[in-house]
Amino acid sequence: MIRRHPEPLLWMLFSAGGVVSAMLMPVLVLLFGLAYPLGWLTPPASDRVRALVANPLAAIVLFSLIVLSLFHWAHRFRHTLYDGLQIKHLSEVIAVVSYGAAIVGSAVAAYLLWQLS
Amino acid sequence: MSDHITLQIARYRPEQESEPTFNEYEVPYTKESAVLDGLNYVKDRLDGTLVYRWSCRMGICGSCGMSVNGEPKLTCATFLADYAPGPVRVEPLRNFPIIRDLIVDIGDFMRKLVRVKPWIVREVDKPLSEGEYRQTPEQLDEYKQFSMCINCMLCYSACPIYGLDPKFIGPAAIALAQRYNLDNRDEGAGDRMEVLSEYDGIWGCTFVGECTKVCPKHVDPAGAIQRYKLTAALESMKSFFAPRGA
Amino acid sequence: MEQTHTGSYTPYHPRWLRRRLSTYWWLEKPAYLWFMLREGSCMFVAWFTLYLLWLLDAVLEGPLAYELFLAWSGTPWVVALNVVTLGFVVFHAVTFFQAAPQAMVVRLGRRRVPPGAVLAGHYVAWAAASVVLWVLLRGA
Ligand code: SF4
Ligand code: FES
Repeated sequence: MIRRHPEPLLWMLFSAGGVVSAMLMPVLVLLFGLAYPLGWLTPPASDRVRALVANPLAAIVLFSLIVLSLFHWAHRFRHTLYDGLQIKHLSEVIAVVSYGAAIVGSAVAAYLLWQLS
Repeated sequence: MSDHITLQIARYRPEQESEPTFNEYEVPYTKESAVLDGLNYVKDRLDGTLVYRWSCRMGICGSCGMSVNGEPKLTCATFLADYAPGPVRVEPLRNFPIIRDLIVDIGDFMRKLVRVKPWIVREVDKPLSEGEYRQTPEQLDEYKQFSMCINCMLCYSACPIYGLDPKFIGPAAIALAQRYNLDNRDEGAGDRMEVLSEYDGIWGCTFVGECTKVCPKHVDPAGAIQRYKLTAALESMKSFFAPRGA
Repeated sequence: MEQTHTGSYTPYHPRWLRRRLSTYWWLEKPAYLWFMLREGSCMFVAWFTLYLLWLLDAVLEGPLAYELFLAWSGTPWVVALNVVTLGFVVFHAVTFFQAAPQAMVVRLGRRRVPPGAVLAGHYVAWAAASVVLWVLLRGA
């Protein structure tokens, strides 16, 4: 029998987050990180963004992007600390901190999107 | 025509030194000379005390793996001319305990290999009278790539995860598990999953990908591991939503 | 001559030389450093996720907060950070897509989709998703 441990689930979240962030994040960084702040393009008005994220489908996509990206980060961060710094003996602390941060971030995202809906 | 090239060979003689040292040897070479030919020249003509493993000298037996200028290589398939004008540094494969000179202990790999049951597992063997197990060319293609492995351990030597944590079952063992999992005659996938779904099985791997790059047989162990992760993850989701007995 | 051990097999032979990997192993080969950079891209993914949360918070608070957010996002250090972020996020996307055909076998009926086509599929999806977001988020 396969022993139960969370590794398969965490890996699935990591992979899904990798795909979603790869697909959606570059254009978002380009728009909100550079094009709007530097005035290359006119930013959308606040109402427009608000109307957009109030759309259930958009909210779901945005929520998935944020949650999965956080778990993607948590997984890579944890493994990089293990391998890069050879501090596997702190593995429990690292795992709690990284996945814990991802959970807190997800809760914040859920709250904000709920308020905006 | 015969040029010469310098080999810097790592020597470790446990009865006289506690750290490896390098000895330099000048060897002749032509464009056909492999690094292994250089080592044989040293052993035959210059210094008979040098020890290293080799057998087939044609990339089949997998015993001549060494670190050549820092990269894991089959020394019988790596040519001195490609390193001209030299020097060429020859060291034992990394990530393994060194027994002497260029010889490393392969026991760890051998023990891991049997854990994944790299043979055809049947719940019940069919009686001989019923004939052979059939396989179509397409079914052969499913696993053929993974069956090319010659157990040379270059992939282990390139893998930092194995270097950091020798408990990791490692690239070739997982690729060989896949070789049998994907064989239509095999029924041992469940047994192998038990070993591989542990943390020291597939989950320690972070897809550095170097195993695939150094593999002389294009086995692509990194690909095998990632694919196995997907299988194992789906399997574990399934067993989560449809628990035992369901 | 190969030295063979007679008698019982001893995995913990005292004379064998065991070396630890250096903490800086990832500086030893360009490929390892590349790997570390790839893994490091996750820090920028995380930074931009926080950035999106701030943006949502500003939108929730109202037009004034949104204007303040836009002003803050134009400050030099934020722009500088986002330039680096864009680089790493694109790097992440390219390396993740690169790995996809190696990590999964896609089938159409009984035929295996060639790895090149799987890769191309990812790029098409990437382009399509980017265009959709661009159009949706265009200013007035
Ligand atoms: S997978 Fe390749 S590198 Fe690894 S042992 Fe087999 S043949 Fe050698
Ligand atoms: S001597 Fe057999 S593989 Fe090199």
